[in-house]
Amino acid sequence: MKYFVLACLCVVALGVLSLFVGVSDVTPMTLLDPATSAHAFEMLMVSRVPRTLALVLAGAALAVAGLIMQMLVRNRFVEPSTAGTVESASLGLLVVMLLAPGLPVILKMLVAAAFALAGTAVFLGILRRVPLRSEFIVPLIGLMLGGVIEAGTNFVAFRHDLLQSLNAYMIGDFSAILRGRYELLWISFGLTCVAYVAADRFTVAGLGQDFTTNLGLDYRKVMAFGMVIVSLVTATVVVTCGVIPFLGLVVPNIIRLVIGDNLRRTLPWVALLGAALVISCDILARLVIAPYEIPIGTIMGVIGSGLFLYFLLRRRGYGE
Amino acid sequence: MIEVSNVTKSYGGSDVVRGVTSSLPASGVTSIIGPNGAGKSTFLSMISRLLPMSSGQVTVDGMDILTADGDAMAKKLSILRQDNHLTARLTVRDLVAFGRYPHSKGRPTSDDLAHVERSISYLGLADLTHRFLDELSGGQRQRAFIAMVLCQDTKYVLLDEPLNNLDMKHAVAMMQLFRRAADELSKSVVLVLHDINFASCYSDLIIAMRDGQLIRQGTPAEIVTGANIHEIFDLEARVETVDGRSIVHFYL
Ligand SMILES: Nc1ncnc2c1ncn2[C@@H]1O[C@H](COP(=O)(O)OP(=O)(O)OP(=O)(O)O)[C@@H](O)[C@H]1O
Ligand SMILES: [Mg+2]
Repeated sequence: MKYFVLACLCVVALGVLSLFVGVSDVTPMTLLDPATSAHAFEMLMVSRVPRTLALVLAGAALAVAGLIMQMLVRNRFVEPSTAGTVESASLGLLVVMLLAPGLPVILKMLVAAAFALAGTAVFLGILRRVPLRSEFIVPLIGLMLGGVIEAGTNFVAFRHDLLQSLNAYMIGDFSAILRGRYELLWISFGLTCVAYVAADRFTVAGLGQDFTTNLGLDYRKVMAFGMVIVSLVTATVVVTCGVIPFLGLVVPNIIRLVIGDNLRRTLPWVALLGAALVISCDILARLVIAPYEIPIGTIMGVIGSGLFLYFLLRRRGYGE
Repeated sequence: MIEVSNVTKSYGGSDVVRGVTSSLPASGVTSIIGPNGAGKSTFLSMISRLLPMSSGQVTVDGMDILTADGDAMAKKLSILRQDNHLTARLTVRDLVAFGRYPHSKGRPTSDDLAHVERSISYLGLADLTHRFLDELSGGQRQRAFIAMVLCQDTKYVLLDEPLNNLDMKHAVAMMQLFRRAADELSKSVVLVLHDINFASCYSDLIIAMRDGQLIRQGTPAEIVTGANIHEIFDLEARVETVDGRSIVHFYL
C-alpha cells in the first residue's frame, strides 16, 4: 500500500512534467507572468492537459486489456495486438470510412469494437480447435490471424485510396490530441474500473474451465465479459490515438514477475505502470529530436522490448 | 446422497463409461478403484458437472447436477481433477483463498479467513504460504490444491488421485484428514485411489470399475479379496488380514 501511494505520486510527477514539455512556451513561469499567462493557460487547457490525460487513460486501459487477455487465454504472450483484436478494429474503421464516413466518433468506436470482438472470437475459436497448444503457438496463431485481417484491410483500403488515412489513424500518436478529441478515452477508464470490480472473476477464469466451474462461475460468461471489455478498450484507444505496441504485453509481464497474477492485487499496479510507461515514452518522443516528435510507437518498441528482455533474463527459472 | 443413474460417456462411438448406476452416501469415505483407463476420472468428472455426459442423470441431494444453480452447487460439491496445470502465477495463500470464492465472492469475512488458515495448517503449508505455485515441488503443489478444495468446505468433496506425488508420511496424513472430515464433520469424501491398501484401510465404501463399467461395490472387507483383485486388475495377489483390515501384497 505504501509503495502503491509512492508509485501514484511518481505517475502524478510524470504527468506534471508532461504538461510542461513541448514546443510552445508553457512553463510555470509563463503561467504566472501576467503578460503571457492567458496564452499559456489556453495552451495548457487545450493541448497539454488533454494530451497528458489521454496518455494516462490509454496507457492504463491498454495495459489492463493485455492483462485480462493473458489471464483469460491463459497465455502470457497474448495481448490485443497479438490476437487479431487490433487488426479487426482497424478493419471496422475501414468499413466505417467506406460506408458511413460521417458517423459520429462514438459510433465509429462501437463499430470498431464490434469488429474487434468478432476477430477475438475467431481467435478463440481457432485456439479451441488446435490440438497441442504450446505456449508459443498461441501468439503465433494470433499474429497470423492478425496478418491475414490486416492484409485484407490494406488491400481494400488501397483499392479505395484510403490506405493513408487508415494508417494515419492506426499509428500511435498523441501529438494531435486536443480538447474535444480525447474524451472517448474516459470510456476506457470506466472499463478499467469495471475490470477491477470483476478482478476476482478473471483470476478464477485464469485457473481454467474446471476450476471456474468448481467455484460456481459460468466460464463462458466470464470469458465473454472479459473479451467485451478488451474489445471496447482496444477500439476506444485505436480510434482516439492509434496503436501502442508492446504495452499490453510488457507491463503485465513485469508486474507478474514481481507480484504474481492475483488480479485484485495486480490490476491497479498494471494500470499505473501502463500509464507511467506511456507518459515516459511520450515525453521522450517529444524531447529526442525537439522541436519535432518521433511517433510514440517507435520509442515504445525500443524501451518496451528492452525492459521485457531485462526482466525475463534477470529472473531465471520463472515460468517453468 | 449423490444418485447416479445409467450414466454413459461415449467418444466417437465407443463407450468409456457405460451405464453406471450407483449411489454415493451423504457421509463417509468412498474410494473408486480400477485399472488405468477404466473410466474413473471420466466418471468423477461427469458426476461433478465438469464433463457433459452422453446420457444418464446425476442428482446431488435431489438437485440435478446439470440444471442446478452453479453457485449453489459450488457450496455443496467440490472437485479436484487428476492433472492440474496452472499458468496463473498465484501464491499458495491466494490459491487456497480462492477456494472460498463461492462463499466470499471475493470479499472474505473473518470466517472465510479462518477457513483459509485452517486449511493451510491442516495440509502443512504454513511455511509456504507466500511462495508462488510455480516455485513448489510436485507434492507441495498437490497439497496446495487439496487445501483449496477443502477450504471450499462443501458437503461432498471429490478428489481424483489426491495422493499423487505425495510421500508416505503426507499420504497417510492426507487419508487421516479425509477420515476425520468424514467422521467429525460428516462430509462425504469421494476419492479415486490407486493404492488399494489405502482404499482398504480408510474407506467405508469401495467402488470398483473396469472397462467403463461398475463391477463391484461394497465395504472394504467385501471388495478386497484375492478373487476380486484378480477380477478387477488381472493380477494375482495375496490378501492378508492385519489388525482386522485386508492388506494386499502385490509386490511379490
Ligand atoms: N477426450 C477423450 N477422447 C477420447 N477418449 C478419451 C478421452 N478422455 C478419456 N478417454 C478414454 O477414456 C478411457 C477412460 O479414461 P479415464 O481418464 O476416465 O481413465 P481412468 O480410469 O481415470 O484412468 P487412470 O487410472 O489412468 O487415471 C480411457 O481409455 C481414455 O483413453
Ligand atoms: Mg484418472
